[in-house]
Amino acid sequence: MRILYFAWLRERIGCAEEDIAPPPGIATVSALTNWLATLSPAHANAFADRRTIRIALDQRFVTGDAALGAAREIAYFPPFTGG
Amino acid sequence: MPRILVTPDDFDVGAELARLEAGAGAVGSFVGIVRREAHGKTLAALTLEHYPGMTETALAAITKTAMTRWRLIDCMIIHRIGRLLPGARIVLAAASSAHRGDALNATAFLIDWLKTDAPFWKREDFADGDFAWVEAHAGDIDTRNRWQSG
Repeated sequence: MRILYFAWLRERIGCAEEDIAPPPGIATVSALTNWLATLSPAHANAFADRRTIRIALDQRFVTGDAALGAAREIAYFPPFTGG
Repeated sequence: MPRILVTPDDFDVGAELARLEAGAGAVGSFVGIVRREAHGKTLAALTLEHYPGMTETALAAITKTAMTRWRLIDCMIIHRIGRLLPGARIVLAAASSAHRGDALNATAFLIDWLKTDAPFWKREDFADGDFAWVEAHAGDIDTRNRWQSG
């Protein structure tokens, strides 16, 4: 599974993307996020305030309770600020 | 077919709007520009990041919604990415129609929804070396949602 990070999440974690194989039993977006936060102090810092983080599964907005299913790409980012 | 372009390059506003003039009675447009200061500090640059793929999908959905909600002939969104200097153009949203009301309302809709629904992020790089990611304004959501009803 490919994980993408944008904006300050990318800067705090120190990379734009990583390929990971979550351990068995991780079935939801929330569970994956909790696990990612344990990978390093940088990850823990990036995921410290979940209220400011939005998530897309295969480029579609999801909430934490969404099932990962067969998703290939999950992206973490702050609320959009374009225009 | 609405024109959608995400590019590091500057664009020619006159040439872009001319594309919309054929057969139209009105062309509405919005151009966003990099400000020279923010939070009372001098801005050195604004860096635009986006989510390739998801951005184009989001912009296509926004222009499609505009085409169905107003009597438009055509519309377009051009958004730049990368490091932009103060005074640089960031975005062009425009719509053409037979009469001004549809063109102006659709133009406001395009930029309001772009701000909340398209995956772009801005980083302000200040002249003093400091930088900050722009935070989304709660007011932008309210502005977006005024188009929900009616």
